[in-house]
Amino acid sequence: MKKFINNISQLSRGILGLAVGLMLAIPASAETLTVYTAVEAEDLKRYAAAFNEDHPDIKIRWVRDSTGIVTAKLLAEKNNPRADIIWGLAATSLMLLQSEGMLQPYAPKGLGKLDSKFRDSANPPSWTGMDAWIAAVCVNTVEAKRYNLPTPTSWMDLTDPVYKGHLVMPNPNSSGTGFLDVSSWLQIFGERGGWQFMDNLHKNIAWYTHSGSKPCKQAARGETPIGISFAFRGAKSKAAGAPLEIVLPKEGVGWDMEATAIMKGTKKLSAAQTLADWSITKKANILYNKGYAVVAYPGVAKPVKYFPAGIQEAMIDNDFEFAAVNRRRILKEWQKRYDAKSEAK
Amino acid sequence: MSSVATLPASTASVRIRISKDDILLRTGLVLLIGLLLLAVVFPLYTLLSKSFEDRDGEFVGLQNFREYFETPALFTSITNSLGVAISVALIVLVLAFVYAYALTRTKMPFRGLFRGIALIPILAPSLLAAISLIYWFGNQGVLKSWLFGASIYGPIGVIMASCFWVFPHALMILITALSTADARLYEAAEALRTPKWRVFWTVTLPGAKYGILSTGFIVFTLVITDFGVPKVIGGRFNVLATDVYKQVVGQQNFEMGAVVSLVLLLPALVAFIADRWVQRKQVAMLSARAVPFQPKSDPLRDRLLFVFCSIIAFIFIAMLAMAAYASFVTFWPYNLSLTLNNYDFDLMDGGGWEAYYNSIRLAIYCAVFGSGLIFLGSYLVEKARGVTWLRTILHLGAMLPLAVPGLVLGIAYIFFFNHPDNPLGFLYGTMGILVICTIVHFYTVSHLTCLTALKQLDPEFEAVSLSLKTPVWRTFRKVSLPVCLPSLLDVASYLFLNAMTTVSAVVFLYSPETMLASVAVLNMDDAGDIAPAAAMALMIVYTSAIFRMFHSLLVRTLNRRTQVWRQK
Amino acid sequence: MSESKQTYLSIENLTKHFGEFVAVRELSLEIYDGEFICFLGPSGCGKTTLLRAIAGLDPQSSGSITQAGKNISNLPPAERDFGIVFQSYALFPNLTVFQNIAYGLENQRLPKAEIRKRVTDLLELVGMPEQTAKYPAQLSGGEQQRVALSRALATSPGLLLLDEPLSALDARVRAALRQEIRALHDRLGVTTILVTHDQEEALSMADRIVVMNHGRIEQVGTPEEIYSTPASPFVADFIGVMNFMYGEISSSGTVRIGNNSIECETVNIPEGRKVRLTVRPEDILCRADSASDQSVSANSFSVKVESLEFLGSFCRLILSGPEGFGKLKADLSTQQVHDLKVIPDVTLTAEFPSRNLRIFPESS
Ligand SMILES: Nc1ncnc2c1ncn2[C@@H]1O[C@H](COP(=O)(O)OP(=O)(O)O)[C@@H](O)[C@H]1O
Ligand SMILES: [Mg+2]
Repeated sequence: MKKFINNISQLSRGILGLAVGLMLAIPASAETLTVYTAVEAEDLKRYAAAFNEDHPDIKIRWVRDSTGIVTAKLLAEKNNPRADIIWGLAATSLMLLQSEGMLQPYAPKGLGKLDSKFRDSANPPSWTGMDAWIAAVCVNTVEAKRYNLPTPTSWMDLTDPVYKGHLVMPNPNSSGTGFLDVSSWLQIFGERGGWQFMDNLHKNIAWYTHSGSKPCKQAARGETPIGISFAFRGAKSKAAGAPLEIVLPKEGVGWDMEATAIMKGTKKLSAAQTLADWSITKKANILYNKGYAVVAYPGVAKPVKYFPAGIQEAMIDNDFEFAAVNRRRILKEWQKRYDAKSEAK
Repeated sequence: MSSVATLPASTASVRIRISKDDILLRTGLVLLIGLLLLAVVFPLYTLLSKSFEDRDGEFVGLQNFREYFETPALFTSITNSLGVAISVALIVLVLAFVYAYALTRTKMPFRGLFRGIALIPILAPSLLAAISLIYWFGNQGVLKSWLFGASIYGPIGVIMASCFWVFPHALMILITALSTADARLYEAAEALRTPKWRVFWTVTLPGAKYGILSTGFIVFTLVITDFGVPKVIGGRFNVLATDVYKQVVGQQNFEMGAVVSLVLLLPALVAFIADRWVQRKQVAMLSARAVPFQPKSDPLRDRLLFVFCSIIAFIFIAMLAMAAYASFVTFWPYNLSLTLNNYDFDLMDGGGWEAYYNSIRLAIYCAVFGSGLIFLGSYLVEKARGVTWLRTILHLGAMLPLAVPGLVLGIAYIFFFNHPDNPLGFLYGTMGILVICTIVHFYTVSHLTCLTALKQLDPEFEAVSLSLKTPVWRTFRKVSLPVCLPSLLDVASYLFLNAMTTVSAVVFLYSPETMLASVAVLNMDDAGDIAPAAAMALMIVYTSAIFRMFHSLLVRTLNRRTQVWRQK
Repeated sequence: MSESKQTYLSIENLTKHFGEFVAVRELSLEIYDGEFICFLGPSGCGKTTLLRAIAGLDPQSSGSITQAGKNISNLPPAERDFGIVFQSYALFPNLTVFQNIAYGLENQRLPKAEIRKRVTDLLELVGMPEQTAKYPAQLSGGEQQRVALSRALATSPGLLLLDEPLSALDARVRAALRQEIRALHDRLGVTTILVTHDQEEALSMADRIVVMNHGRIEQVGTPEEIYSTPASPFVADFIGVMNFMYGEISSSGTVRIGNNSIECETVNIPEGRKVRLTVRPEDILCRADSASDQSVSANSFSVKVESLEFLGSFCRLILSGPEGFGKLKADLSTQQVHDLKVIPDVTLTAEFPSRNLRIFPESS
């Protein structure tokens, strides 16, 4: 018994030491950057690895979540910011942060080589773009056939009662994809027409998801026949073997840029600038092209497998200013109209 | 005879000089009370005050509440929450009662096996049931047709999945309630030739009355504060718990989150008080110790109950098996070939394998530190001399966490530990805060377990030690601790399993470095990666199961070592 | 023992209350060095409370305690000098007999060999050598109590406190242990306080008995004194069996009960005062009934036998006396019962010898 107790006390002493060590081992190295991002998880490792090939001394600590959440998180932390730099968040969100005075303007080395659409027009810019991601509708052909659903060709088609209960879309409050859809509809159909359209669409929606990729993943699995999502996700799921057709509605599709911006007040400014510089290099853009058909660095883009053709033409002439300035109002209105999900008729 | 001398009689009350032991014990009491203040009371207070503030921290009175109660969606959420919680409570009560009856009052074969199977859900996060149901009854579900066109996404799915994960919690209370029968009552009834059904209604049911009530309250609270299940399988069906999650995680709207979680605290608090009341009644009833009941066999009844238990057990296994199978399927439902790809967590959202290792780390820390701390606390409550008020405060502090749902605790922790002026802010985002939060979340049950064990010790051990001039800590180490070791191991195991499976509090507190397996399940499902979510949930089940086996092995070894002195 | 009456423990004006309730009330007592003293009284009268105050386990509300010339009123229990044994034995279940007894010694950092010797000696003393390796659960109740006693004595305390140590044992073991404990005390000479509600235990073991009631001392004295000259009706009733008769003083030396007068010492109680008269059953003398007898000796009355109860060495008769006497108990040897041919409904003459009558004025 005595020996046993001794063993236990030794063990607990060991564990105590271990625990204290672990609790104190919060990364405190000056070389670690806290990077907020909404980039797909499976890409983050590649991004960090490629960056570390050139800058092994700077470690990246990712904080990843959906666009809406990262945005909300950054806003919530306004008085006590925890991020050093944002790498891969919707430009509309960054513009909102910019208007809150939270971003540190900086002209990364080689800025001149970027497509001028892919940067903040101010000088020095508050953000620089990486790539564009574009809305699309994922249609599961097997399921569509089973339910006798015609393949939609336009957004308006989706309000047809045949689709009732067969549509899934992301909640714009949490998902960047959801928001770019909503803001594009308001631009395509006008303020009144847009809400009118969404009222009708709402009647067909089975449920709203938290993340932007989930509707397409669910469509891929046949859990729902049709998911409103984004083209990149569709291409990936199709590549994974899902019976998907990626539809670009003929009214045009909304899109947003993923962009990079340095947080004002970061204690690791020079490391953050190094990352910002690297984020607009050709090498980085080649990386972005793995999942995005359109990237900021001209001449880099190569076709992505299963990416729908004609996507450049389908992209609407997006008014980012409008989207950013009205973001809060639009989301509040949306929530008021549709978040009471269970009042479904 | 002794004469009453006219001494300068010291009528002033006598104060015994404080001994070293007393100083030690009282310091311990004060320290633990301090810890509980920091880890329970202050966070809850911050939560309360936050609900009266706007985004910039200005006091706005009831503004937030007014805004919240004007939300059109609110009423639906409340009715939905109440509807689901009450339905689950009723369904589970009936099923678990019959199951517990079969286990305790009959000679049905394989009772041990049935008991083991029914406890499976304790090893899994609540989300597992929801995920499994999607594979069974979802739009691509194997048995979708069984729902006659109804959708699993909604109240049906939420109720089914909730029934699964709360079942063992209900079962354990009911088994206890039914095990404490007085055989004499049954003999009397038999002697009076009372028909069996009447015996059941007049003796069995009233005898288990308090256990049944208690179960009802506990199931109700568990369901109404759980958001994992409705989030995964609720579809458009909103409940209060998902409202909080959406407000806080989805929109980082902490003030509203505070308001909703306070609303959620209400039913939990009512259930808590009602349950305490019931418990007190039950203790009074039990004190009339009686002849233990020996079940007799009754072929017809036993056969019927065997069929019933088999069905329930089959459903439980089917739930687990489907998730296990689906986690190996390449691409449900189009490519059913088997693969290990879904276990390649490093390629998914949700923290990868690191999340799994973090969970194990968390579970070990909670088991080791939690059981130690909680045992110490209950020891002080039970054994410190004098200072009754300090002991009462500590005991109340230890009871409080039972009334606080995990998600309320999690949000309270955000407010308290992320406050820029809090010197403990360094804990935010670390493993430390997850450990603290989890220990606090499961404090009460562990505390009560330790207390029960300590109450079985002779209250005079300490007096004897004092007379032998032995310091308390020596008696603690040489007697109290070794004698209570089995209960301590039970507490450690309870904390380990809960730390592996819990989602509700930690989901608000993890950071990228401290991602947990259970949270990863939620996040992977969120991103639409349901097969990897199932895979991760199963990793939790396997780990918990292995740990349970390890635990019972340890207990058995220990019993062999100590059986000498337990044996008559 | 009476030669060296040195006070070892002295209690002055000790009061203990639990909230409103007073468990011990202004109690003063001197205990002599080396004596065996019993606190005797009905359950709930405050015996344990007093004992625990002496130990410092539950300190008194007011009053002082002096032990061996030192005021210990404010000392915590660990700094007082006593050993204690409880009714529940309170043996450590996970420690062997040896470890239990050595428990206090180990703390004194004695050499191992010395501890071993002391434990063996003690076990021999209580008559259980060679049981060192057993666990408490493997021992009988009596053995457990012996171990508990050894454990309390191991550290050679100046004061041994025993709280109902024999109550949990069956009658036979109890009787044996009484003798053993008393013998142990006589051998070691340690001042011992035994708390009990069992008068037989107290009468057979104690040097002096402290009879308590409602938190107060009713009487302190040797067993002999307590039995034969109880200081109050309570003591008279509580110790042994006693007959009570109710009457009033008719004149000095005479008490009137109903229509009869009875002679006895009336110790300056004024005339007309209501009194209680007591007599032990064995002190009532019974004879065959004859008219002449009553004139011969005073305090003799004709009584009728209601029933009789055979109690082994003697018989207890239930008598109904003259008006006002009520029912009386009288003990007769079996031989006498036989000689007098006592059967129910027989009439006898009962004499109440004056020297065996005690008188207590009723509080008005
Ligand atoms: N801790 C306590 N709180 C309140 N009352 C008590 C406490 N301990 C004892 N008492 C009361 O004090 C009285 C004396 O108790 P005790 O000394 O244990 O009696 P006993 O003579 O049987 O040993 C009893 O009426 C008991 O109920
Ligand atoms: Mg007592």
